[in-house]
Amino acid sequence: MRASGKSGRRSWGARAVVRIPYVWLAIFFLVPFLIVLKISLSQTVIAQPPYVPVLDLAAGWAGLKDFAARLSFDGYELLVFDPLYLFSYLKSLEVAAISTAILLAIGYPIAYGIARCPPRLQPVLVMLVILPFWTSFLIRVYAWINILQRDGLLNDLLIGLHIVDAPVAWLSSDTAIYIGVIYSYLPFMVLPLYATLEKMDETLLEAAADLGCPRWKAFWLVTVSLSLPGVAAGALLCFIPVVGEFVIPDLLGGSETMMIGQTLWMEFFSNRDWPVASAIAVALLCLLLVPMLFYERLQQRALEGEH
Amino acid sequence: MRRGPSLFNVVSVALGLAFLYLPIAILVIYSFNASRLVTVWGGWSLTWYRALLSDRAMMEAAWASLRIAALSASAATVLGTCAAIALTRGGRFRGRLLFSGMVYAPLVMPEVITGLSLLLLFVAFNVDRGFWTIAIAHTTLTLCFVTVIVQARLVSFDRSLEEAAMDLGCPPLKTFLTITLPLIAPAIAAGWMLAFSLSLDDLVIASFTTGPGATTLPIRIYSEVRLGVKPEINAVCTIMIALVAIGTIAASLMAKRGAMRRERAALGAQV
Repeated sequence: MRASGKSGRRSWGARAVVRIPYVWLAIFFLVPFLIVLKISLSQTVIAQPPYVPVLDLAAGWAGLKDFAARLSFDGYELLVFDPLYLFSYLKSLEVAAISTAILLAIGYPIAYGIARCPPRLQPVLVMLVILPFWTSFLIRVYAWINILQRDGLLNDLLIGLHIVDAPVAWLSSDTAIYIGVIYSYLPFMVLPLYATLEKMDETLLEAAADLGCPRWKAFWLVTVSLSLPGVAAGALLCFIPVVGEFVIPDLLGGSETMMIGQTLWMEFFSNRDWPVASAIAVALLCLLLVPMLFYERLQQRALEGEH
Repeated sequence: MRRGPSLFNVVSVALGLAFLYLPIAILVIYSFNASRLVTVWGGWSLTWYRALLSDRAMMEAAWASLRIAALSASAATVLGTCAAIALTRGGRFRGRLLFSGMVYAPLVMPEVITGLSLLLLFVAFNVDRGFWTIAIAHTTLTLCFVTVIVQARLVSFDRSLEEAAMDLGCPPLKTFLTITLPLIAPAIAAGWMLAFSLSLDDLVIASFTTGPGATTLPIRIYSEVRLGVKPEINAVCTIMIALVAIGTIAASLMAKRGAMRRERAALGAQV
C-alpha cells in the first residue's frame, strides 16, 4: 500500500482500512470521554437522566449559551474538599506503587530464570506463565477467597504447622488486596521482562568477565541496565490498571478505605450520582495521563520501529 | 543465553509457576468436593456439576456470554486487523497520532473509566442497553489487543515478499490476499482467541453497559461470589478453566503441526 504512496491517490480499499477502525474508535472511545467530561460538569438531580443541564442542540446557539452558563464545578469541589475521595486516590496510588515494586522483585528472578533455561524449554515456560492469564480474572481472584477465608486452607495450614494458634483474618485486609494484585498481574510483569532479557547478548557478560568485572557487578551494569525498557513496560503495565482496579479490592479487601475504582462504582451504582462519578473518572484519568502517555511511547517504539 | 540456569534460576521459576498454579489447582480439586462446607473435604463427587446443570439462570448467562464473546471477538478481529495494517502500512495519514493514541490507550485504561464512558454514551443517545451494547463495548475494548498482536506480526515478517509481488505487477488488494493475509493468519487467529477470552472474562465493562434482561456469566458469578464461596461456583470455574486449557493446548498443537509441515515442505523443496 505504500507503493501507491502520496496520499490522495490511494484506492478506496486502502482508505477504508484506515477509516473504519478510526471512526469506530472515535465514536466508541473518544466521544464517550467528551460526554464524561460534560457530565462531570453537570449537577445531580433526581430525574431521568439524573443530571442537569441536558445539552439541547435543537435550541441552537442560545441553547449552547444557556448550557454553558449552567455548568457547575460542584463535582470537582466535592472531590477536593471531601477527604473520602482524596484518601481513596491516595490509597489507590499506594496499593499500585507497592504492588508494582513487589511484582518487580518477584517477576525479575522468574523472567531471568526463564531466559537462562535451555532455548528448547523457554517457549513452554512462557506458555505456562501466559496460561493463567487466559483464564478468567474473576476466577483467579475468587480462587484466593477459598484460600484466604477464615476457615480457609491457609489458616488450616498455618494452624497445622503450629505457626499460629488462632485463625488469622486474611480476607478483608490490605494483605489480601496485595496478594490478589500480585497474583493477577504477575504475567504482565514477567512477559515484558522476559522479552528484553531473552534478547540480551551473552558476549557482553563474557567481555565484562574477561576484563575482570565481578559477576554481580556485571549483572548490575550489563543485564539490569539493558533490561530497563522491559522494567519500564512491565511496571507501567501493572501500575496503571492497578490504580483503577475494582474487582480485587471489592472481593478481597476490607471496607475501611476504598480504592478509587470502588468509590467510582459506588457513586454510580449505589448513590446514582453520575456527575460525581464522572468527575472521579476525569480526575483518575488526569492522574494516569503521564504514565499512560509514557506507556504509549514505549508501545509505539516497540511496534512501529522508527516512526 | 549460553550458560545454563543456576540453582537460583531454577528455584525462582519453579516457585513462580507454583504460585501461579496452586490456587487454580485447589479450586479445581474443591469443585469435586462432596461436602457443602467448602473447607471440609468429604470425598470426591460430581454433586456440584449436577446442581449446575439444573441452574437455568447460570446456563442462560453462560450462553449469553458465549454469544457476546463470539460476536465481539469477530468484529474486533476485523477492526483490529485493519487498524494494525493502517498503522504499519498506511504511512503517514492525517490524524495518525490521534489514531495510534486511541488504539493503545484502552490497553491500560482502567476498566471503570471505559465502562462508565460507554454507558454515558449509550444513555446520551438513548440506546436500549443489553446484549448489543455489551457486544459493542467488548469490541471496542478487545480490538486494541488484536491490533497489537497483528501489528507485531506485520512488523516482523519479511517485507520483500510483498514488494516482490507488487514489483511483478500484482495489484495491492491481491498482494494483500495472497501474500500478506496468509502470513499474518496465525496472529489474526491468536488475536481472535484473546479477544474471545477477554470478552468472556470481563465483569466491569459488562456491568456498566448491560441492561435489564442481559446477564453475562461474570456478572452472574460476581453476584454469587459476593455472598461467599459456593461449591457450584467452584464447578463453573473449573469448567471454564478446562475449556481455556483445551483451547490453548489445541491452538499450540495446531501451530506446531503447521510449523512442522512448513519445515518438511522446505526440506522437500531442497531435495
